[in-house]
Amino acid sequence: MSVIEAVGLRKQFTVRVKSGRLRRTRRTVAAVDGVDLTVERGEMLGYIGPNGAGKSTTLKMLTGVLMPSGGSVRVCGYAPVPERTRLARRIGVVFGQRSQLWWDLPLQESFTLLRHIYRVPPADHAARLRECRSLLDLDEFLDTPVRQLSLGQRMRGELTAALLHGPEVLFLDEPTIGLDVVSKQAVRGFLAAQGSRGDTTLVLTTHDLADIERLARRLVVIDHGRVVHDGTLDSLHARYGSRRLVVVDLAEPVPDPAIELPGVTLAAASPDGLRLTYALDGSGVTAGELVARLATTAALRDLAVVEPSIEEVVTRLYAEG
Amino acid sequence: MASPYLHLLAAQARSQLSYRASFALDLFGNVVTLGADLLAVLILFRVTPLLGGFTIAEELLIFALAATAFALADLAVGNIERIRLYVRIGLLDALLVRPLGVLPQLLVVDFGLRRAGRVVYAAVLLAGALVYAQVDWTPGRVALAIVAPISGAVLFSAIFVAGATVAFWWIESGELANALTYGGRDFTAYPVNVYSGWFRRVFAFGAGFAFVAYYPALVLLGRPDPLGLPTGLGWASPAVAGVAAAVAAFVWRTGVRQYRSTGS
Ligand SMILES: Nc1ncnc2c1ncn2[C@@H]1O[C@H](COP(=O)(O)OP(=O)(O)OP(=O)(O)O)[C@@H](O)[C@H]1O
Ligand SMILES: [Mg+2]
Repeated sequence: MSVIEAVGLRKQFTVRVKSGRLRRTRRTVAAVDGVDLTVERGEMLGYIGPNGAGKSTTLKMLTGVLMPSGGSVRVCGYAPVPERTRLARRIGVVFGQRSQLWWDLPLQESFTLLRHIYRVPPADHAARLRECRSLLDLDEFLDTPVRQLSLGQRMRGELTAALLHGPEVLFLDEPTIGLDVVSKQAVRGFLAAQGSRGDTTLVLTTHDLADIERLARRLVVIDHGRVVHDGTLDSLHARYGSRRLVVVDLAEPVPDPAIELPGVTLAAASPDGLRLTYALDGSGVTAGELVARLATTAALRDLAVVEPSIEEVVTRLYAEG
Repeated sequence: MASPYLHLLAAQARSQLSYRASFALDLFGNVVTLGADLLAVLILFRVTPLLGGFTIAEELLIFALAATAFALADLAVGNIERIRLYVRIGLLDALLVRPLGVLPQLLVVDFGLRRAGRVVYAAVLLAGALVYAQVDWTPGRVALAIVAPISGAVLFSAIFVAGATVAFWWIESGELANALTYGGRDFTAYPVNVYSGWFRRVFAFGAGFAFVAYYPALVLLGRPDPLGLPTGLGWASPAVAGVAAAVAAFVWRTGVRQYRSTGS
């Protein structure tokens, strides 16, 4: 059985917009517009899309917060809204913008309260907390009231809070938003460790594509509430013709830099002709073959291979929508 | 393992008691407010010996029954009004992803320990009013004197909850909820027959407010109903409260499904 099964999932919001001095008309916004999504146990899924694409709305429907306007959805075998409390024991949720912690109490006390709320056996709780403490360096601020924590510290607390009951699925809505590089690395490393066990399913939304490269083997891209891509990062590159670049520095300019090799195009040349950039579409020769061929006609000083960037392909994808 | 709600409640109490000065001040303020209401009744009887045919002792019994029911309900669910804030800024998300009921969590999160003062005050007032009214005690009346404030509290609670639930459809519903809540409190504090027309029908029987203090008081006093309905209606208070609670639970469940969170 799949951990998540959504078919034709949709959510519409009715909003009132001013249309004149006193008149207000109702308008319907299709935030999620027929999303099909199947996720198997142990998958790590990156759920991305531009602002307002419907990512958070989807996650809220999967976690039982919002009632879908249409379609069917099951998570861990439960219908999220009608079986909300049963589902809640099986999932962990981190909404980057909302806190699960008790504002006025020391962080440690939030964890204790969560143990009672989820009725976690004390030994299990202690073991999981011990692991989080060492992986996320919580010890320094365990006794600090949550309202006095920095954003990065709080986020580490939120992650711990979401995991203490040993959830099967972890839903993370922008878990790295606003964090510095070091904290981002800590969070990513921690999530990678959770995912590598193979029994925790991870669904993650983010605008930081480095999160995706590090954590998500599968990428679902949505735009205007519809899935526009579902597959690996490689398949996304293939689909959008992302190309590896080979950049060579020459000792002297060559008269004719264009090269007749399958799958190779000259992407750029510096004005002095000393730096040439070739693009490989992957269908023809390899970077090595290209360099070998170049070496026969010119004196090379330096060379670099630039991998296709996720930023670039995602920019192209979003621009299309 | 004790109920998770008890742990939540204890945590809440700990953080409230840490603000000791404001806690004491609130307790005091609450008692003063109630004193003012009582004063209004006493002043009224300076100008008239009877109110709707009721003596001051009888009216004070109605007043005290209503005050006790209201204070209990206010203690239990008074902070439900915060639902509007929670709905508007999307705070319900955090409660919805936990394996507990949303309503109890909401009530516990801001449990108003400080409102406990009013319950004590109202209970003392009720004891005094029962003595002053010279109730002719039978086992049934003893039972009713205990059951009536509790039923009244359940009825008030149901109305608070149902009124606050309107926020799921209509965020600026505060005035409506307040009208029901405080209007209901003032309505129940006096004999129903002093009101008239559609207003009486809606509040007394539509919302069931006549069953909070008026009909139970008639039974305790052994008086016939000036409106001509059977005096035994006082015994129906628990049933009326039960129906109101069921309706409120239904409205609440429907409301939570309307919750739309906020963009995030
Ligand atoms: N509570 C709401 N009421 C009305 N409209 C909403 C509500 N929540 C979301 N929307 C609308 O639904 C659409 C999707 O919003 P959503 O928050 O799911 O986007 P998102 O993909 O998470 O965007 P972001 O990357 O900016 O977080 C937007 O057009 C938004 O305006
Ligand atoms: Mg979002």
